[in-house]
Amino acid sequence: MRNLGLFAAGLLFALGLGVSGMTDANKVIGFLNIAATWDPSLAFVMVGAIGVHLVSHRLILKRPSPVFSDLFLLPTIAAITPRLVGGAALFGVGWGLGGFCPGPGVVSSVGIGSAALVFTSAMLGGMFLFHTVDPARRTKAS
Amino acid sequence: MMNDIIMATIGGAMIGLAASMLLLFHGRVAGISGIVGGLLQRPGADTHWQAIFVAGLLAGGAILVLAWPASIVAPATRSLGAVGLAGLLVGFGVRMGRGCTSGHGVCGLSRLSKRSLVATLSFMATGFATATLIQLFFGGTV
Repeated sequence: MRNLGLFAAGLLFALGLGVSGMTDANKVIGFLNIAATWDPSLAFVMVGAIGVHLVSHRLILKRPSPVFSDLFLLPTIAAITPRLVGGAALFGVGWGLGGFCPGPGVVSSVGIGSAALVFTSAMLGGMFLFHTVDPARRTKAS
Repeated sequence: MMNDIIMATIGGAMIGLAASMLLLFHGRVAGISGIVGGLLQRPGADTHWQAIFVAGLLAGGAILVLAWPASIVAPATRSLGAVGLAGLLVGFGVRMGRGCTSGHGVCGLSRLSKRSLVATLSFMATGFATATLIQLFFGGTV
């Protein structure tokens, strides 16, 4: 049951990306590029997603624990650091350059189109690169 | 356009529901970059659920490819070199900033996290700037 629930969550997430238009890289670029004919429709992905999750996550967190695990493990860091802002900024540059963010990249790579495969392989490379240079991890290891 | 807005909102709601399922079943935040990046690290307590969630994502991608191939579109105005560089920046940036469109954007904003708001504003700003500058300086194609 637990595995089925996790699998279903991933599956629904991917279908949501497809239905919303996020797996159409031209549409994403048309949203981020305001100097051509601007297509603002993808802003409504956030409206739909936050509209649901804003309410549901509050209801879910009223439970003493999740259904298939012992506790809710949510991010606790609150600090706004140069690392946060800089990392997000780099991500945004890549998003505007390629038209993919991580979810749509992974989902689209199933279609074995060369762009999505190149993007997702390079993204995994970029993640791996950060893991090797991450100062926090180095401190932990030493 | 109206149709696109409706689809974006429905798809977004599906994403918000999927994130809620992960929280309800397993008590975790549906951040795609954290989940995919976690799988690149040494196997640990999170490996199992992360792998099953990603399997669901890929299965969703397969359903989209088979049932609705028009939903997955490669960027027409981006070379493979640009897409590869974009992937590196996205992969590095999301790990450095600890989140992407899903973790900071959907889940973080739903939790009213100030940290996620700052990250979201950062990647939105550079995402819009990058795609728009590519239009202005390179005629929209790189």
